[in-house]
This record gives sequence, C-alpha cells and structure tokens, in this order.
Amino acid sequence: MVLLPAYNEAAQLSRVIAAVRAAAPGFPVVVVDDGSEDTTRDCALAAGATVLSLPFNAGYGVALQTGYKYALAQGFEYLVQLDSDGQHDPASIANVLARVRSGDMDVCIGSRFLEGETYAIPGLRRIGMFVFRRVASKLVGRTITDPTSGFQAMNRRVIAFFCRDSYPVDYPDTDVLVMLHRHGFRIGEVPVDMYPNKSAKSMHTGLRPLYYLFKMALNIPLNLIRKEG
Amino acid sequence: MALRQKILAAVVGVGLLIVIIELVRRRRLKEEYSWLWLMAGVVMLVIGLNYGLLQRITEFIGAGWTSSTLFFFGILFVVALCLQFSVKISGLENKVKNLAQQLALLEAQRSDRLSREEEPTPPSEE
Repeated sequence: MVLLPAYNEAAQLSRVIAAVRAAAPGFPVVVVDDGSEDTTRDCALAAGATVLSLPFNAGYGVALQTGYKYALAQGFEYLVQLDSDGQHDPASIANVLARVRSGDMDVCIGSRFLEGETYAIPGLRRIGMFVFRRVASKLVGRTITDPTSGFQAMNRRVIAFFCRDSYPVDYPDTDVLVMLHRHGFRIGEVPVDMYPNKSAKSMHTGLRPLYYLFKMALNIPLNLIRKEG
Repeated sequence: MALRQKILAAVVGVGLLIVIIELVRRRRLKEEYSWLWLMAGVVMLVIGLNYGLLQRITEFIGAGWTSSTLFFFGILFVVALCLQFSVKISGLENKVKNLAQQLALLEAQRSDRLSREEEPTPPSEE
C-alpha cells in the first residue's frame, strides 16, 4: 500500500493521489489525516483513498505509525510512504519499492542526493543534513546520503517493528535508521527526484530545528546502549 | 524555637495532612500520589515540633543554617514530585497516542463497512 501522512494538505492532496494512482496502479492509497483543519479528509475521500483520521493533530510520527498499524492489521506485505505536499515524485515509487520487493533490503530510502542534487536546500539546513548524513553513515555502516527523507519503502517485518511503542513518534528520523540497523534490518537507498516544497511549509521551522538537534544528539547514543527485546 | 513558630508549623503540618486525607477520601486524589504528600505533611509536623532534630540534620549534612536545610529538602521534594509527574505524563502521552490511532483505525473500518453495505444492495421486494 501507499501511505500518505497529511496535515492541512487539501490544496495538493488530490493531485498527489492522482499521481500516485497513475504511478502505482492497483495499490491501495491510505491517507492519514493528522487532525487537519481544512478539507484534507474530504479531498482524500473524494480521490478514492482510504482515510485514517486522527482526532487531533498528533504529529508526523504518530500519523506515520497510524498508517503502519493499519498496514499490519490489513496484512500488507509492503508499504511505500511519501510526503503528501507534492515534494516527492510518485513516479519513483516503483524504484524505491523494487529493492525491498526483491529482498535486497528491508527498508529502502528514496534519496535526494544519490545522483547529484536535484533539489536545492535552503541555507542552514544544508549543514545539519551534512552532519546527520555522516552520523547515519557511520553508525549504519554504509553510506546513507539522505537519512531525513520521508520517501521510504519497507517490508512487513519493518512495519511490525515500527508499530511498537518504542517507535520515536516525535520526529522519527536518523535515530530510526540507527534503531533499524541495531535490530539487524538491512537499509539501502535509491535516487529519487524531488521538487522544492511549493507551499514552503516545513516541519523544521522556528525553534524546532534546535529541539530536533537535541533529540537526535540524545537518542542516537541512547539507542546504542538501550536494550530492547 | 519560639512557641509561636512551633504552633504555626504544627498547624500547617496538621492542616496539610487533613487536606490530603480528605482529598483521598473524596477520591479526588489517588492513593498512588498521596504517599509523597502525606510524607511531606508528616515531616513538616515532626520538624516543626522538634527543633533539635532539624539542628542535628543540619549538622549532619554540613549546612550552615537550619533554614538552608529546610530549603534544600523542600526543593528536593518539589523536584522529585515534578519528575514523577513527567514520567506519568510521558506514559499518558503514549496511551493517548495509542488510543487516537486505534480510534482512527476503527473509524476507517466502520466507514469502510458502511460504504460496502450501501453499494451492492440488490433490489429487494418487500
């Protein structure tokens, strides 16, 4: 199935769902409406998607995990997730999924940087991305060029792993990759095209990048010493 | 210690104990949280009536003034309480998250079933 977490994305959603349907015909499209105040839910329903509506805005990670839980309950073998703001090109779904389907990887990340930069990153974020890229690559034991990408494919074992309470629902990111690696999942990347965010609504605004840095700095080392079944 | 101080300390200590017990009796405060508060009330009462004990503790921990001892343990108590709340809130947040997700899944299941029931109803004659 294709998972689209959405918060106030009514403007883009119909177009994105249509593109997903065109790129991956026959795949159920599941939109998690993260307590949107606009018509996200109606747009998704009108476009023929299954909609999981959270009763309040609970955050990106909670929305994703809701989708994972749905996939697990419905018995889907594979899941592809992408952002619903139109940043990710649904045409790449087949590429990202292929490596997971063939059994080469448990998780496949759609990277913006693997084949040169198709996407210009604004200012300071470039530095942060560079740091996390290095950290992730070091800890996962192979080059990860885009650890913060929301474009991912995974198999059922990973879905089940993500449904646990240990899944870090506030900003699941680099630390998730470290967690996955520690639990023996195979992680890899394929290149994808990326459009700069048109609505310029990023999760990383205001003081949040600072909190994000703090969380990663705390969580990545903790994941290395944490013992979990 | 002056008698007035003793009386004040005793009154505050006893008052706190009464309020806590009353809250637990009315089930406004869970027993789980009451023990910390009860302890605080008892300690207040004992210290208030027994200045010698406070002096001995002050000497033992090496504080300069008895008032420092009171502030030190008072703040320590508040910090412990806040920490307990933070732990509780983290647990509750996780539960709320799980409930919200469950609700979203159940709701999707229900509307799915409703739409499936609506669609293929063969024309029945009744």
